[in-house]
Amino acid sequence: MGAVKLSGAEILLKSIEAEEVDTIFGYPGGMALPIYDALYDSGIRHILGRHEQGVAHAADGYARATGKPGVCLATSGPGATNLVTGIANAFMDSVPMVAITGQVTRSSLGRDSFQEADITGITMPIVKHSYLVKNPDELAQIVKEAFYIATTGRPGPVLIDVPSDISLSRIEYRQPGEISLPGYKPAPDVEPKQIEEAAGAIACSKRPLIYAGGGVVISGAHNELLKLAEMLAAPVTCTLMGLGGFPGTHPLFLGMLGMHGTKFANFAVCECDLLIAVGARFDNRVTGKLETFAPKAKVIHIDIDPAEIGKNIRVDIPIVGDVKKVLGQLLAVLKPNLEDAWRQKIQAWKKEYPLKYCDSGNIKPQYVIQEIYNLTEGNARITTEVGQHQMWTAQYYTFNKPRSFITSGGLGTMGFGLPAAIGVQVGCPDEVVFDIAGDGSIQMNIQELCTAVNYELPINVAILNNGYLGLVRQWQEMFYNRRYSHSELINPDFVKLAEAYGAVGIRVTKKEEVVPALKRAIKSKKPVMIDFIVDREDNVLPIVPPGESLDKMLG
Amino acid sequence: MKHTLAVEVENTPGVLARVAGLFSRRGFNIDSLAVGRTDNPAVSRMTIVVEGDDRYLEQLNKQLHKLVDVIKISDITRDAYVDRELVLIKVSADAARRAEIMQLVDIFRARIVDVGPKTLTIEVTGNDGKITAFEESLRPFGIKELVRTGKIAMLRGFKAGSKNINNKEEEES
Repeated sequence: MGAVKLSGAEILLKSIEAEEVDTIFGYPGGMALPIYDALYDSGIRHILGRHEQGVAHAADGYARATGKPGVCLATSGPGATNLVTGIANAFMDSVPMVAITGQVTRSSLGRDSFQEADITGITMPIVKHSYLVKNPDELAQIVKEAFYIATTGRPGPVLIDVPSDISLSRIEYRQPGEISLPGYKPAPDVEPKQIEEAAGAIACSKRPLIYAGGGVVISGAHNELLKLAEMLAAPVTCTLMGLGGFPGTHPLFLGMLGMHGTKFANFAVCECDLLIAVGARFDNRVTGKLETFAPKAKVIHIDIDPAEIGKNIRVDIPIVGDVKKVLGQLLAVLKPNLEDAWRQKIQAWKKEYPLKYCDSGNIKPQYVIQEIYNLTEGNARITTEVGQHQMWTAQYYTFNKPRSFITSGGLGTMGFGLPAAIGVQVGCPDEVVFDIAGDGSIQMNIQELCTAVNYELPINVAILNNGYLGLVRQWQEMFYNRRYSHSELINPDFVKLAEAYGAVGIRVTKKEEVVPALKRAIKSKKPVMIDFIVDREDNVLPIVPPGESLDKMLG
Repeated sequence: MKHTLAVEVENTPGVLARVAGLFSRRGFNIDSLAVGRTDNPAVSRMTIVVEGDDRYLEQLNKQLHKLVDVIKISDITRDAYVDRELVLIKVSADAARRAEIMQLVDIFRARIVDVGPKTLTIEVTGNDGKITAFEESLRPFGIKELVRTGKIAMLRGFKAGSKNINNKEEEES
């Protein structure tokens, strides 16, 4: 008896703190004001973005870099709808996120009230789960459940929509009870029979190939993956999301596969007799034409989400479970199987078909990326926007560590990289963070440069400026008879723009200026935006034309 | 082939929207869907009839399982089960033809639930075959309005059995 009465908003924040959250990203507004009022006295660090989309991507970047859930907060109506792209982005790439939105009062719901949007309805297809809080007594329990659902099993975004009268109501705070979700089974037990079958198939294989995806990074299974590869001397190719899950410098590493994968990775897919898919989901950018994907291979598919098994391709040996756990069990029963002929064939392909670009007198975007790698000794955290620069980064920056590459894979969201870099820098204050950007993408959330200046976050933005929406232009060149419809950009002066925001702006027009500019940026400890004027009509090669087989690579 | 799914869900606001939304965005077609609460007020039961091959059903099943509010899914198509659907039919019935209609009602073990000056409203329950047959028999009289609940289904109390037993039960009811 005599329990303290708290406001709904206070209970919300107390419950968030109970989940060991110390930082949230947000943007205030009318229906979120009770929460912001409580935040004024709270120990939680709040990073104020400049647009709710930026706020959501920052929470996403924070989550990917640290492995902890990212939390974002916005008001009702337009605040909530501005989060939508960020939530969809987190959903597609399985990022643990809790999005909290203010909502109109319960009595105003459904009346088209000012700044009312049915955000639980709008986000239904892009959240792992969502709540509209109808009773203040439920709030603590809902927050506990939301974090549990967001972070367990296959992670994903969970939305909590909080009507403002719930935030204002004063009730006796009670500790949330045990979580009881009879319909939610996040970590299914691995079936030993499947492990045995997989081990049997591996023992028989002459040409195994490991195809590793984002699940390796999420589950923290990079050490197990390395052991598996070395035990079998099996080459490893990673998806965009998997980069960093296997050391890029390792002799068994083949780089990325799929549309802009290396030739040797794609040849290996076509020739392997056993494909071991680890935490990957056979996205169409990876498989190309489904009918001819890995035509000679038996497929082992390890994934925590049973719905991924057999969704796109036929699987011979499915193993449902957490990747780290499954690989651990598999390693316990496997015997080394070092097939030399296959390894030699792979090495020969690697020699014959290396990734390459022709040097011109101008700045090559690939060169800039390689120099970022060299100068940071591969220890930087890299985010990207979406487009050519993103693919070149995947190809030419050698990712050696998990969570070092933070990019929008599934949704392909332009404007992700800058706010994500802010989230990464907040989560990893002592590390060097680079957003490798294009001149198109960077303008989609450029207002967040102000956030970086505001919180003195020394992020570095490297714009590979070719004056085009580069990937659009490339497709128009290759597949639309060079009809460059609305892909050329008239850009602002990025140096002046950076300076206007209070950041450092550098323009680089000559190859010999690239390294000094990068050194200056890394040393400066301030937000820096470098405008690299690069070759205008460079293409991302190789490329598998959309809908083609992986062996039909051009370039 | 047609599959009958018995889906237990948490009786929470929005659960129907979540299930229906999943069907539409993943491109699954619903033949019929009936929903109501069970003996436990916290749990609702959906009976969903869908058409598709085994692979399609497997994917549907897995996607449904990903919804936090979905507790249990049983594809009871190949098990022994009892299914029923309730239909209300308003049929034109002037004085001259009433006797004829009432005879049909008798044969199909239907019930007249409302009598108007020019119409009869009839309630009939049964499986799809019976209902279709009844509908066809009434068609010549002129069906003014027809509404179906969608099928509800339940596994039988014993495991061994066949669809034949289903049909037998149907005839007796």
